[in-house]
Amino acid sequence: MKYIDEFRDGKLAQAIGAAIRREVDPARQYNLMEFCGGHTHAIARYGLPDLLPRNVRMIHGPGCPVCVLPIGRIDNAIEIASQANVILCSFGDTLRVPASGQMSLLKAKARGFDIRMVYSSLDAVTIAQNNPDQQVVFFAIGFETTTPTTAVAVKKAEALGLSNFSVFCNHVLTPAALDAILATDSGAETLVHGVVGPAHVSTIIGSAPYEAFTVRYRKPLVIAGFEPLDVLQSVRMLVRQLNEGRAEVENEYTRTVTREGNRKAQAMVEDMFELRPSFEWRGLGEVPWSALQLRERYRLFDAEARFHVEKRTVADAKACECGTILRGLKEPKDCKIFGTVCTPENPVGACMVSSEGACAAYYTYGRFTIPITEATA
Amino acid sequence: MCLAIPVKVVELRPDQMALVDVGGVRKEISLALVDDIEVGDYVVLHVGCALQRLDQQEAEETLQMMAEAGLLPEAAQ
Repeated sequence: MKYIDEFRDGKLAQAIGAAIRREVDPARQYNLMEFCGGHTHAIARYGLPDLLPRNVRMIHGPGCPVCVLPIGRIDNAIEIASQANVILCSFGDTLRVPASGQMSLLKAKARGFDIRMVYSSLDAVTIAQNNPDQQVVFFAIGFETTTPTTAVAVKKAEALGLSNFSVFCNHVLTPAALDAILATDSGAETLVHGVVGPAHVSTIIGSAPYEAFTVRYRKPLVIAGFEPLDVLQSVRMLVRQLNEGRAEVENEYTRTVTREGNRKAQAMVEDMFELRPSFEWRGLGEVPWSALQLRERYRLFDAEARFHVEKRTVADAKACECGTILRGLKEPKDCKIFGTVCTPENPVGACMVSSEGACAAYYTYGRFTIPITEATA
Repeated sequence: MCLAIPVKVVELRPDQMALVDVGGVRKEISLALVDDIEVGDYVVLHVGCALQRLDQQEAEETLQMMAEAGLLPEAAQ
């Protein structure tokens, strides 16, 4: 496909890899955190670590909305689905995330609850149109990329005059999570030297919101697309910034990201959503001002108000290392149950559920069995 | 989850909708988040909505920049 295939060219990847190996300072370490699960997936799928010199290490960040969704919110979704006359619509990824008591949305569906997988929030609106006697709830998850699409769905439901459509809102904010990570990663214990910044989140919010981070934490950030060449090129740009002692926001993904982002989408989100004072993230715990809820005037479409959803805090499985993996402190292979008890077919932690989770990416593309040999320049 | 793919707009439809070509497959998507899209434009598609127009010139320039990595350091000067 055009604008995808070009950015997966193997020869060009080799060339960029060689350029990185030429440009790194062998005396120093480059720990680069890719924030997004989309980047993690590309890194594992295309074997990018094999093109990088040994002193460039990719640390996998928390940018996978499925992975950071706490168990309590999945429990809430199942509670909503269990009520009479409710159809719960969810993206496919979320269906298999483990909830309390060995449940998941998929198992709840097997027990007879009406839970349906949708590709788009707009599909959920169509289901509401076709089932006027039932309450249709869209289980909305995702970062800034996905939030505007939920806004489009609510606007459409409003325009159609639907009174049987609502949204269980779990939209979270990237800058808040990035701040939570960088704030704890400072001083002598610094783990992250530079950040590969979000792709389509930045398409919406623009590159400007990151400028405060590069100033406050003195770490470079390069916004990168999700194709393998984009990731490699951003690594090269980060290496250059670190070599030159710069800490700036740079944009590799100029084909869809501008400094100001998509103003129209931002305005729709601003009109419909407001900040929650705090929200629980798996791995990061409670993060202040890190998530959105529907504003009062859209209360009719808010499933939390309609179904009286109560906050539940549930501890992760004891042996599961998702929390430390999401903060970049451990790698999937450091987890005792990785690949044995916890597999994509039978996930214990959320990082094994989504294809963008670090554990699923490692498991699927065999990054934990094949010894990585360093490429020579 | 934040995956979005470049698709080509082949037909504009009422109610801010459009028909797009996704690698040979035709699909109807929403243009509610973007303005002034024309037939032939590429947009980035995410869960049924176009997030942004893809800047084709910027795409070419990025590829050009990447290609320069393949040149030897001296030749790239």
